[in-house]
Amino acid sequence: MKKLLSVSLIGLAVAAASSAQARDYDHVRIGVDVPYVPMEYRTPEGDLTGFDIDLGNAMCEEIGVTCEWIEQEWDGIIPGLLSRNYDAVMSSMTINDERRQQVLFSDPYITMPSAWFAPSNLDISEANEETLEGLTIGVQRGTLQDNYVTDNYSSVADISRYSTADDMVLDLDAQRLDIVFLDFPIGQSTLVENEDGDYTIVGEQISEPKEYFGDGFGIAFRQRDEALAEKFNEALATLKEDGTYDEIHARYFGEE
Amino acid sequence: MLDLQGYGPRLIEGAGVTVQLAVLSLLLAVALGLLTATAKMSRNWFLHRTATLYTTLIRGVPDLVLMMLLFYGGQIGVNAISDILYYDFEIDLYINFNAFAAGVLTIGFIFGAYMGETFRGAFMAVDNGQIEAGKAYGMSSGLVFRRIRFPQMMRHALPGLSNNWMVLLKTTALVSVIGLTDMVRVAAEASRATHEPFVFLIPVAVAYLLIASVSEWIFARLQKRYDIGFGEH
Amino acid sequence: MPDISAWFNDLLSGNLIFTPTTLGYYWTGLVTTSQLVFLSLVIGLVMAVPLAIMRSSRRKWISLPVYVYTYVFRGTPLLIQLYIIYYGVVFFDGIQESFFWPIFREAFYPALIAFTLNTAAYTTEIFRGAIKATSKGEIEAARAYGMSQGLMMRRIIIPSAFRRALPAYGNEVIFMLHASAIASVVTLMDLTGAARYVYSRFYTPFEPFLFVALIYLCLTFAILFFFRFLEKKLLAHLKPQTP
Repeated sequence: MKKLLSVSLIGLAVAAASSAQARDYDHVRIGVDVPYVPMEYRTPEGDLTGFDIDLGNAMCEEIGVTCEWIEQEWDGIIPGLLSRNYDAVMSSMTINDERRQQVLFSDPYITMPSAWFAPSNLDISEANEETLEGLTIGVQRGTLQDNYVTDNYSSVADISRYSTADDMVLDLDAQRLDIVFLDFPIGQSTLVENEDGDYTIVGEQISEPKEYFGDGFGIAFRQRDEALAEKFNEALATLKEDGTYDEIHARYFGEE
Repeated sequence: MLDLQGYGPRLIEGAGVTVQLAVLSLLLAVALGLLTATAKMSRNWFLHRTATLYTTLIRGVPDLVLMMLLFYGGQIGVNAISDILYYDFEIDLYINFNAFAAGVLTIGFIFGAYMGETFRGAFMAVDNGQIEAGKAYGMSSGLVFRRIRFPQMMRHALPGLSNNWMVLLKTTALVSVIGLTDMVRVAAEASRATHEPFVFLIPVAVAYLLIASVSEWIFARLQKRYDIGFGEH
Repeated sequence: MPDISAWFNDLLSGNLIFTPTTLGYYWTGLVTTSQLVFLSLVIGLVMAVPLAIMRSSRRKWISLPVYVYTYVFRGTPLLIQLYIIYYGVVFFDGIQESFFWPIFREAFYPALIAFTLNTAAYTTEIFRGAIKATSKGEIEAARAYGMSQGLMMRRIIIPSAFRRALPAYGNEVIFMLHASAIASVVTLMDLTGAARYVYSRFYTPFEPFLFVALIYLCLTFAILFFFRFLEKKLLAHLKPQTP
């Protein structure tokens, strides 16, 4: 009986450590948190698309590897990378110092300001300590927006943290939230453009201080994978040169 | 009729994940429970203490916190081992601590502690005279376990086992929080996308009730089987 | 006082994860968890007594609805109940304009309602078991005294059922404390919510989750000892008497 037990326990442990294999990266698995329109989302038919997805695929093609996108919630996206659930993260991740301690970043591939969004009937023109007083602010847990709002406004406002941007929009719709702080293009497309005039941007786009808003979005790798990061940097440079980058950019953000 | 707006197949898949997760966790929990019960009854000081520590600690902390600790922490732990292998021995071993296996291990580990208590009580309820009789017949201790202790113990353990199973089944819903696509997660996702929470959450609630009712029936059959020879109930 | 805070800052210096700020989060978390668990237990208990009496009734039309309620709430995960209440309420047309909105707007109250309904269902069944186990002798004695049904309930059956239910109810209290950890799923900053926040900010699972695990463990033991103490006091007459 005991022998049987220990055998089955070992069996389970092996199942947990399901596959042990060496990696030589002709196949790169990229972690992504969807939906985050227009950076990464699914079409109604279920196809994965968005700026990150198209750019990532183009880079992989340039490098000559196959890419596989793996969905992962934001909360666990860095641990998932470290534990090799995938080999890179390309999911609108802002490069900053806290994250640099954990992962290796590629060169920034796009810079993206953040912005405040609120229902059109919320009567404030700029977000500051006075206007935010007593309001409930929504942010996505563990994002730079979370850090910024927590450090600057937690003494005057209530902060609700969400696992996904979707949850947050739902609670904004339900009027549980007064205002949200998001990456600008995401707020612009999910709130301002999609909900016919119900929501509006409050104040200017925000990209300072650098301490929070960092140096733009980067692809994250495990720190040991320097060679892989270098390949992606080279590919990015090539795509910027040959115009592919501009074409993808125009697809999601229009012409400059 | 119920319009699941195209989420039907994914909900059924999710239900499959829930059932598999629950059954595999139960098997692990029973195995761990038997080990724990044996260790607790052992005269070995170390085994006894370890088992007691395990059951006390696990039962004092919320399932969700343990799950997050093992799930997120387990990943980092595996990662540390793999890094040592890579930097010190140049072995690039890829270990995938996948969410499903992590879920089974976590829930099994948690419920192993509860099962340990159930089995310990049940083992103690087995008449010692029977075991002595078995030994007097020259049975080996393995044979005594298989033929006498285990079947008799099961009779006493079944009500507790059934109870633990019902709680375990509901606990599987928590894996949706750490990112495993069980039926609760599919339903929550669908309610957000369609803004119709009742359409998805209520069928899932009913599915839990159905699974619970079916297992109640199975446990009643089992109890009948193990009660043979102890008169009608 | 400045001495203490200087010592405290000194103790925390160089530590990224246990700063005065994060400790503040854990403290808020502890307060939220305690409020949530305490309130839901008290309201649940108040609801459970009449429900248990109804559930014990021999009249089907009284006992059946209560049975359905306890069956559903005990048979489905609390997480689903929480989702249904939290997400469900906002889809009643006009709720935002109604008098109830200030209550449902906060995540605290939907969570409190879900937890209360859940614990009331379990507690009802615990009491029903205890009421059912009232010894025939006690009831006969009460009848012989000419007590009415109501008086007998109040003076004999309920008090003795309370005592019998105590150990099982103690377990329910601990169960509720542990179940409350899911409150963070609907944005509440309870103890688990605080740990999740610290984890997602610093990407270190061990410190925050082990720390709150320890706090839960202490709370569990405190509840355990409280109920041991109560049992000793209230069940003293059942102990074998030493001459």
